[in-house]
Amino acid sequence: MSTISETDLHAYADGQLDEARRLRVQAHLAHDAEAAENVRVWSAQNQALRALYNPILNEPVPQRLLAARAQKSRWPYYALAAGAMGLSFGLGWMGRAYQADRMVDMAALPHRAAIAYAVYAPEVRHPVEVGAEQQDHLVKWLSKRLGHELKVPLLTQQGFDLVGGRLLPGGKGPVAQFMYQDSRGQRITLYVSRRDAEPQDTAFRFSQEDKVAVFYWIDGKLGYALSAEMDRARLLTVATVVYRQLNP
Amino acid sequence: MDRAAIAEHIPRLRRYARALAGDSHRADDLVQDTLERALTKFHLWRHGSDLRAWMFSIMHNVFINQLKSRRELALDEVTEAALESAPQSDPLQLRDLDAALRRLPAEQREVLLLVGLEQLSYAEASQALNVPVGTVMSRLSRGRERLRDLMSAAPAAANLKIVK
Repeated sequence: MSTISETDLHAYADGQLDEARRLRVQAHLAHDAEAAENVRVWSAQNQALRALYNPILNEPVPQRLLAARAQKSRWPYYALAAGAMGLSFGLGWMGRAYQADRMVDMAALPHRAAIAYAVYAPEVRHPVEVGAEQQDHLVKWLSKRLGHELKVPLLTQQGFDLVGGRLLPGGKGPVAQFMYQDSRGQRITLYVSRRDAEPQDTAFRFSQEDKVAVFYWIDGKLGYALSAEMDRARLLTVATVVYRQLNP
Repeated sequence: MDRAAIAEHIPRLRRYARALAGDSHRADDLVQDTLERALTKFHLWRHGSDLRAWMFSIMHNVFINQLKSRRELALDEVTEAALESAPQSDPLQLRDLDAALRRLPAEQREVLLLVGLEQLSYAEASQALNVPVGTVMSRLSRGRERLRDLMSAAPAAANLKIVK
């Protein structure tokens, strides 16, 4: 049996141990009165902090915070973008508007991806052209058609299996669509398009296209858009996994 | 959608800022500066997956800059002095907690609040504060001990002014 460290005691008080470790610490506390007292005090501190400050969560947010904006001095595009487009504030806003010229390039991406999702995600018999059982062929074929090596993220840990993929017409050439599905039939598509413009990288941006939520970004010569009819937070979790697998 | 996204984060940023900075006006200044900086730097966000931890790290930087400009970083000695002259009395009271927090060194207060109040994992706190996890643990340990001492001495300590 390994010894119980002070870090374990803190982690116990903070609920940060896995079940096996938690039980071991619990057993240790039964015959270490000083450690037990420490843990009791620390837990009480946590509870007192939450009791004292949680009411702030329910306060109305002051207007000046809702109106927060990017700092103009560091962001020359700000005035242009905000003036020209009259967009609302917000993180998503900043993500989209931080460089007006890039927006033109990217604006079509989530829209096209959402349309492709809406067309093929409900498809029962032919959701894909090439199924996941021929994954190697699928990737080679789509890579060849797009003129760029593609990778297919693995989303089984998120509960989504690859169904397959298809080739679609894009704005300036062919695009690839990979489709995933979970055990309940919920589908996600990853739309990948080749760009002619200079290679660049962007942050995640979000777009709600009617019922379809889309996270999209540009990575070098490829534009990606992950689409699904699911809430933004859940889709973001998947998008993060996709991004990490594409950029190991 | 954007309005909803940012509104999701503001209440928790405000809670943390209030606990960190004390007075509500200063706390909202801190939140506002944090939001503005986050908007400016949003294109960097993809380096971390968790937007919330990223926002806390920005708030940390804003807070530290404010402290530097106010020269309030070194509270340790003052706190020791306050403790020595404070009689041990009265049980723990919730309203004393806020006063006791003011008397913690800022770096300990941050860790205590990120972990205890905001319930970040130690790894997330380490990321938000840009220090190793070991440093998070030692600050947490010292912070909790000091808070314990301060709370048992709170009624008298609360009356002492911090010298700037």
